[in-house]
This record gives sequence, C-alpha cells and structure tokens, in this order.
Amino acid sequence: MALNHVSATVNGDRVEFLCETGHTLLEALRDELRLTGTKEGCGTGDCGACSVIVDGRLLCSCLMLAVEAEGKSIQTIEGMATGESLHPLQRKFIEHAALQCGICTPGILIAARSLLERNQNPTESEVRYWLAGNLCRCTGYHKIVEAVLDAAREMRGG
Amino acid sequence: MRYEAPKTLEEAIALLSGANGQARVLAGGTDLLIQMRSGRADPGLLVDIKAIPEMKSIVADAGSYRIGAAVTCMELIENEAFAQGWPGIVDGVSLIGSIQVKGRATIGGNLCNASPAADSVPALIAAGAVVCIVGPQGRREALVEEFVSGPGKTSLANGELVASFLLPRRAPHSGDAYLRFTPRTEMDIAVVGAAVNLTLDDKGICSRARVSLGAVAARALLVPEAAAALIGTRVDEAALERLAAAASAACRPIDDKRGTKDFRIKVAGVMARRAAGIATERARRRN
Amino acid sequence: MSTMLKYQEKELKIVGTRPLRPDGVDKVTGRARFGADYNLPGQLIGKVLRSPHAHARIKAIDTSAARVLPGVKAVVTRDDFAEMPDEYAAVGEMMINFRDVTRNMMAREKALYDGHPVAAVAATSESVAREALALIKVEYEVLPHVIDVVEAMQPGAPLLHEDQYTLGVKPKPDHPSNVAKRLEFGRGDVVAGFKEADLIVEREFNTKPVHQGYIEPQACLASYSEDGQAELWTSTQGHFVFRAQCAKVLQMDVSKIRVTPTEIGGGFGGKNNIYNEALAIALSRKSHRPVKMVMTREEVFRATGPTSGANVKVRIGCTRDGKITAAEAELNFQAGAFPGSPVAQASMCAFTRYDLANVRVVGNDVTVNRPKVAAYRAPGAPIAVFGVESVIDEMAKKLGIDPIEFRLKNAAREGTQTYYGPKLGPIGYVQTLEQARAHPHYSAPLGPNQGRGIATGFWFNIGNETTCSLNLQEDGSLTLVLGTVDVAGGSRAAMAMMVAEELGIDYESVSAIVGDTSTLGFNFLTAGSRSTFASGMACVIASRQVIEKLRQRAAKIREVPLEAVAWKDGHARPAGGDVAQFAPMSLAEIAKMAGKTGGAIAGHAEINAQGAGPGFGVHIVDVEVDRQTGSISILRYTVVQDVGKAIHPAYVEGQLQGGAVQGIGWALNEEYVYGDDGVLQNPGFLDYRVPVASDVPFIDTVIVEVPNPNHPYGVRGCGEVPIIAPMAAIANAVENAIGLRLCEQPLSPPRVLKAIDDAAAAKG
Repeated sequence: MALNHVSATVNGDRVEFLCETGHTLLEALRDELRLTGTKEGCGTGDCGACSVIVDGRLLCSCLMLAVEAEGKSIQTIEGMATGESLHPLQRKFIEHAALQCGICTPGILIAARSLLERNQNPTESEVRYWLAGNLCRCTGYHKIVEAVLDAAREMRGG
Repeated sequence: MRYEAPKTLEEAIALLSGANGQARVLAGGTDLLIQMRSGRADPGLLVDIKAIPEMKSIVADAGSYRIGAAVTCMELIENEAFAQGWPGIVDGVSLIGSIQVKGRATIGGNLCNASPAADSVPALIAAGAVVCIVGPQGRREALVEEFVSGPGKTSLANGELVASFLLPRRAPHSGDAYLRFTPRTEMDIAVVGAAVNLTLDDKGICSRARVSLGAVAARALLVPEAAAALIGTRVDEAALERLAAAASAACRPIDDKRGTKDFRIKVAGVMARRAAGIATERARRRN
Repeated sequence: MSTMLKYQEKELKIVGTRPLRPDGVDKVTGRARFGADYNLPGQLIGKVLRSPHAHARIKAIDTSAARVLPGVKAVVTRDDFAEMPDEYAAVGEMMINFRDVTRNMMAREKALYDGHPVAAVAATSESVAREALALIKVEYEVLPHVIDVVEAMQPGAPLLHEDQYTLGVKPKPDHPSNVAKRLEFGRGDVVAGFKEADLIVEREFNTKPVHQGYIEPQACLASYSEDGQAELWTSTQGHFVFRAQCAKVLQMDVSKIRVTPTEIGGGFGGKNNIYNEALAIALSRKSHRPVKMVMTREEVFRATGPTSGANVKVRIGCTRDGKITAAEAELNFQAGAFPGSPVAQASMCAFTRYDLANVRVVGNDVTVNRPKVAAYRAPGAPIAVFGVESVIDEMAKKLGIDPIEFRLKNAAREGTQTYYGPKLGPIGYVQTLEQARAHPHYSAPLGPNQGRGIATGFWFNIGNETTCSLNLQEDGSLTLVLGTVDVAGGSRAAMAMMVAEELGIDYESVSAIVGDTSTLGFNFLTAGSRSTFASGMACVIASRQVIEKLRQRAAKIREVPLEAVAWKDGHARPAGGDVAQFAPMSLAEIAKMAGKTGGAIAGHAEINAQGAGPGFGVHIVDVEVDRQTGSISILRYTVVQDVGKAIHPAYVEGQLQGGAVQGIGWALNEEYVYGDDGVLQNPGFLDYRVPVASDVPFIDTVIVEVPNPNHPYGVRGCGEVPIIAPMAAIANAVENAIGLRLCEQPLSPPRVLKAIDDAAAAKG
C-alpha cells in the first residue's frame, strides 16, 4: 500500500513523516514522530487525552487524519515549556497537586492553555465547561480547577 | 484508501461522482473517523472539502446569512453577529461535543451524518433554514426538515454535496432557543432536543412560530401543532401547556441505551416549554 | 528488626507538609512514559480476536489463513497454553484461581462473555494484525446466556460451568449451579434481636456493573530471548504479582521474567490482573521479536474486569430510641465468567461501622456471562453500603432522629467486636461523625427541591509483603528503591518524606524510584490502600538500619564507643550526659568516607506488614432534583475521613476528592448496558458516562487524624474509603429532597422521573 508523505511544523520544528491514509494525527505523532506525550484514552474523541493545537485550534488528534496535517502548525505538550521554564499552568499543576496518575495531564494542560489564551479571567464554571471534554478519573477535577484559576491569576499579573 | 483535497466545488463534485458510491466527504471527520475505526464505514476515497472557499465562509447579506457547510462549530459560535441574530442555532451548535470536537465538527457534517439526535438540526429547522446542494446536475435547494429521511439517510444523490446553508432575515422581536436533555451536563448525545423560533408583534403577541424536536423520531421533526399552540397568544402559561402537550404527542421515539420511549415523550414537552420560554425572552429583548 | 513499628508521637519537620512530588515535571511535560509509550526496535504489534458471543462452545479454531498472511509472525490459541490446576493466589484483596486465570486470558472450552479472547496474532503493523484477525475462522456453538445475577441464581438458568457445585453449602448440592460459593458471617441471635425491635425496615437494592474507568487502556511490551528469559514492560499495579501470574500460565521460572512497571494511567484495582501480558510473551517467544499490545477502549470495556452488579437485601431492627437490635443482609454478587466476586469483602464491610450484638450476612458469588470481575476501589463495599446506609437513613427518619445522631448511638469504637472476627483497635469513626456534624455544610440552608444526605464508609486496609532498599550515595544523597507501584503519583513523595524525616535531612536529598522485579524481593500489589502504610513501614525500617550503620561508622571514625553516638538532625552527635564528646559528622561527611570505613552504606526491608489500621469516613452531599426531568445535580459535597496521619496532605485530599467523584459517577450515571444478545452496547466513554468537570462542584475535605498505633507515623490507608459512601449519601439526599427512596443504581433521570410520576399518580 502506498504511504502518504506529510510535511508540517510541530512545536516550531519542520517535520516530515510517512503515513497510511487511515492513520490519525495521534498515531503519526506517537508512532512516526515518537512524541508520546499526547495520549490515546479512547480513540473516539470522548476523553480529550489526545488534545493538541492545530493552527491555533484545540482539537482531538484522534479525530484528525495525519494527511490533513500537511502544511499545518501543530503544538503538543512537548512544546509547552520554553527551554527550562515551565509554563505557569505546568508549574501550578505541580504546586496544587492537580495530577495524580498523570495520564490526562498533557491533554488538560493543552486545553487549559487554549482557554487562557482566549479568556484571561475565566470563572470556575467557565473552566469546568471548557474542560468538559477532558476526562480525569483520579482527581475529581477539584485541584485541576484550582490550578487553572491560580495560573490565570498569575498570568494576569495578579 | 485515497485522500484528495480539491480546491473547488467542481473538482469535489467530479471526484464524488466518479467514485461509484465509494467516496465519502471528509469535513470535520468527527463522525466519519469514528465510523471508519469501528468498520461501519470503509470508503475507497476521502474527499476533503475544507480547502474550498465557498464551504468555509460566513457571509452576511442585509440580515440574511449564507454559511458554508464546512464552517466549524467554534467558528460559528465565535461569529458575534451571527450569535446575536440566531442564538438558538448557536445553542445547538454549542452542544455538539467538547470544545475539541467543536473545533472540527461542521454544521454540514452534523446535518449529513443524519443522526436523529443531531444538536444543530432542530434549531436550523425552526429557523426555516435552507440547504444549498451542488452536484453533477447543478444546484438545488431543500428545506432542512425535508433533507434528512432517516437515520444516516439524506436526499443527496450520487456526486452531490451540501455547499452552504441559507438563513433568512430576522423580523423584529424574534428569538430562538434550543434545549436538550442529557444525563450529564456535557459530552452526551441528546436524549431529547427541542428548538423554538418565534416572532412577536408590536403588542407582544406571537405572530409566527416554528417548533422542532430532535431525538424523538427517525429524524428531527417540524411540529406545526406545537407552533400553533403559541401563535396568537402571549406565550402565557396556558399556551405553554398546550405547546408541551403537542410536543409530547408528536414524538415517535424508541427505547435505546440513552433513554426510554416514555421518558422521551415526557421530557420532550418539558424541553419544548423551556425552550419556548427562552425564545420568548430573547424575542422581547430584540428590536 | 520487627515488622511492627509502633506509633511514636513526635515533632515533625517534613511529614505533614506539602513538598513537590519528584515525578511531577515529567508528567506535566509529557516526558513520563506510560505503558503505550515504550517501544523496542523491530517490535511487532499484537492484537486479540475476541468472541462476539456471550456464551458459546468453541468447536474449532482455524488459523491457517492468518498464519500465512505476509507480515504475520506468530499466532497463538488455547493450544499454545498449558492446562492449569485448581490453585488459588491472592490478588489485591481478592483471590484468583489459576485454572481460571489461563481461561480468562485465552478461552479454552467455551467463550463465556462478549469479548472473551479466542486467539492472538503478532504482525508487522496494526493494519496487518487486524487483517489477520479477520482471517481466523472460529466455529462456535452459541449457547443461551445469563447476565442478571438474580436470573443466574434460579434453577434452570443457563449454566456457565457444568462442574461448579456451590461451595459453602452442606450437604454438597447434587446439581451444578451458577452460584459458585455461599458464605455467611454473623454473631449473636438475629431472630431474638428482631423480636426486641420496635421498628424494622427491610429493603431490596439492585446495582449495575461499573468499570474502574482508568483513562489509560492496558498496554504492555514483551521481549523474549532465545535463552528463555523474558522482559516485560507493563502498566500494572503490581509487577511482582504479574510476574508470578505470567510465570505460572507460561510454565516459566519466576526468575526468568523481569517486569518493569511503567507509569500507570489509573488502575483502581483494574490492573491487578494480567490480560495481554502472557499473550505478548508467548507471541514474542514464537516470533523471536518484541511484541507490543495496547488495548483499545472498546476492548477495555468488553474484556477487562469491571466490578459486580448485585442484588442486595437489607433488614435492620432497632428500638424507638434508635439502638440497633439486629441486622441482616443477603448479598448476591455477579462474579463474571469465573468465580471470585468481592462478596466476602462486601459482607464484612456491610455493618462494621456499628457495634452490633446480632448480625447475619449471607453472600453468594454468582457466575454470569460477563468479563471476570476485578477489584474496584474498596471492592464490594460501596454496593453493600448503598443498601445498609439507605436503610439506616430511613430508620432515623422514621424515628425523627438526626442521621448523624443515630449513627453515633450505634457507632463502632475501639474494642468493638466485629462480626467477622477481629476486635477493632483505636479508630476514628466517632471523630469523623462529630466533625461532620460540626461542619458548616451540615447546617447550611437548603432551597426548594434540594435535599441533604449523609452516609458513612469503612474499609479494613491491608499490609502484606513489602520490600525496599535505601542506598546512601557517595555525595550524601540517597536513592530509595520501592517495590510498590506508585499508582496515584504521591507515593514516591510520601516515602521520600518519611525517609527524610527519619534521617533528619532535606526532602530533596532523597530520590525515590520504583524498581523492577529483579531489584527487590516480592512485593504485593498496590491495592488495599496499603502503599503508604506498608511501604512507609518498610522505608522507616530501612532508614533506621541506615542510621545504625551511620552511627557505627561515625563511632569508628571518631574513635568513640557506639553508645556515645546519637543521630539527630542529619548528624552523628554526642549522645549527651557522661559520654565521650566529639565533633559532629554530617550524613555527607560519613558518606564520603564510606568506602574507607567498610563499604557503601545501605538499608533494606523485607516485611509482611501487619497492623494496618481501618479507615472510616463520613460524606455530606446536597442535591437538587429537577422534578420535571428527574435530573439530579450535585450542589455541594464534603468528605470527612480519618486517615491516621496525612504524610502529604495534598495527596490525601486528592484521594478523598477522586474517590468521591468516582462514587458520584457510580451513583448517577455509570452502568454496563447489555442487549438481549448479551453483547455490551456501551463500550466507550460516550455512553459509559463518567463524571466530567462540569458535573461536579469542589469537594471539601476534612482530614481527621487518629493515629494507627501500628505504624511509626500513625498512617492508615486512605485511598479506598472515599468511594464507599457516595451512592448511599446521594440516595439519602434525594429522599430528603423529594421524599422518595430510590433503591436502583444508577439513579438515572428516567428512574427518578418514573418514581416521581408514580408517586404523584398514587396520590392523585
């Protein structure tokens, strides 16, 4: 079977990979590019563990074909920190113990960052509804919401 | 399986017609990819229509709108002018899955997937939206309520695809709303969906109304009897009671893993009532 | 050294504070490696063919076409695995039989559930593997199936195992049955007790099976070498137990398998058993290449062990002042395809919160055509307690007694004799009840259609075999090698904190990792809320060994007698009084000279930790019921729990909050839905509805600390208690809101609405 050749930008770096037509972006990230920070929890867009940003848009990489990534700019969890500095959300998650097993954490951080880029001062309810697409089974969401609100506060300069 | 990304409608039509029924349109992919994964869909050709300008644009023209079929839910929600004019349609679109899913899912895809529970459809029907279809035989139009014939079935012939939706100008004092019932606050398929679109005259009396129900029959229903309960009234308690009864009476639901017949019949009335209340509030606030 | 270190009250510097966990940065950057994140060069992808039938005899399996498909390197079926004898082993708080382990891993005579593995392949890519599965021909003789537990218990029900005669019944029955075992616990005389009662309440409850819902599907990578050694990386709660199970079913020496536990994306008891691991090793053995097997979400639901669905009957009698005189329960639990539901644990937890003279609990373990049940956080207890705490609530209401007051009147305390054996030691049940009553939540005002409910939970917690090794590096830092898998991410921190506390050094000087099976002696699974208790105990023992050696080295270096040397604040110091004086030595100084003074300094522990302290909790919940749709909203939730000692309070809070939200999901929306054909209809997160962030409020927590006298820091396990009370608490809150008692789980909107409408019809 002929493979497709895709060129894209991932976390600021130009990348190229081969993939079957039926492969998802999630499979390409994990298996071709070996960026395993993005996780598969369900493969059907119901859990958000595979969340990435494509051309500025938050989406589930399990619901996008790898071939559609041609020419696009993709951001994954691996690109969230800048050099040695963690993003405020990443720091706050550790400080607030907003992760336990950590499997949902990359997806939630990507989704939360997307929220804070659009809305610098979300309410508790806005945070919960924005993150409704990211399942967590360990924390009960409590410390996650606290961490996001605290990161927002810090990013506003408060 | 092949993948093509045509840049024009003509190219897309040619690809679809030439594939002998083996091609599927790829818009957001939020339904198609799941069907491919489970083996329910096994297309030989994917036609990605997201590079076609007419499919991606939102054009306002003296109060009416033409919305490309490949406009995503998030793009529609973020269009402030549209959200002002048609909050009920935006209500429905906002409920199509998570933020992630809405970042990809399109209103064209939501309609053409033809799930009886599709969240965008009842409000489009209540709005009197028209689908613009293109194909090898040229262009044609259809009312949204006549476009879907059953679960997974539309009136699209081989080679045809939905290009855009047309929404008419709003009369003054008009409002629409969509509500649905789900077990959780988010992330569920609607057990019952109800949309109400109405217009009040200068005296606050309902002069026009359209009511549509989703997830209670093989396809979303337009319920004239429910609308009739509101027309000529001030949308008072008695009118809302009659509306709820008419909505429940119109249901032809099934028992499935998401809800029972009885439950859907009951709750259809409740949702229709509450949606009518919101639509009326919005109509009163709008000039 | 003794395996029981008694609690010692002392001033603490590190234990009880909230330092940052050591694995945090890797987890927020995506660097941490979970099961599916491991890859080896040349690896094959393994996939499993599963029965589409709930119950069928497997007449023949033809793999010939699959074996010759280009890209397929190995195929295995039941013929590749040995018959196993009847032999039991402990897995978490539950037991397994190896005869069933091998059959659950790969069907032999029959397929016993939709999803039961029938064959497996290893191929060069996922798509080739899937193609190969489609080429395997299986001849099934479809049989009638049974899923509902009450139906399965009836004579004449379809029989899963023709040779299964109910254990625990005398004389032995002459007909086989789906009831694998009947057990009974009790004390006193319930007949006499009920005679003394002024009020008797009897209710029947039914619950559906629910899944642990871990977000990470099972994933493993196996590499078998021609010299008979295998390496296995897998997402597991217990790598030593997995090694033992794999060795047994593959007939290999335990020492030939080296298991590395990857980071685990949630387990909650569901990753206490092997599923694909032995298949991956067998495929690797046959193909001579590494084999990676990752389950899809559908496979997780169709084939891994959820908890039991159950039928529960409860009957309690009390005096008009609210003193319980007799309590009885019958618990009928689904075991799934093979015996071994948590009905025993459920039986023991049902009434243990109360000091009762007359109790009788009968439990039935029932095989049905569903996946074999696995542990789920306090296995069995939430189900039994749903029934018991609902009935207690009903009794309190009928007598006009405050629900907390009623429970205080009957509360178990230190010295209470349980009905299943031991006497309770020092416990914090009364304290949690009093703190709940004093909490502002308990007296906050409620609006229309709103109600408040409380319920309480108890779990034994366990200790078990635990090992660790503590090595002092030449620069004075320490590496702690743990044998207990760190499932929730707080363990490594908590253990490092206890070591730092013992040695009187900075927390940052201790680096904690989880070692693979070749680095330590046998360690039991991370289950039973045992990790902080047992592994903590082992770490303290190892720390004290290190301190002994440090003292000896300091004495040697300073040339003073050993009795002159005390260890304080991370230094060897003069012991005070009449003893010889000398210049103190820091840990780092002694470490630097370790080689010259005898060799590297280390401590270790291999214990079977005894004396785990039981935990008690009280939950308060406010709900609002939409009377027109039956929808229940959770408005406010408070968890009060005795944890003995919170080593790291933030992670203890996390356990309380996480367990409560799992319980909320269990109460409101989660259930397995089967069709008439016995096939699972909702094998995905769309229709298997776990709570999302917008479904729940903040969960307030109150940590009560009644030290466990059998742990140096007073630790009791805390992870399981929080899931026990929510179902009953919510049912009680709904009753408080709309005056209707719901006895069917989940409390889904159609059920609630039907109850409301039926009640209105009865009135009108």
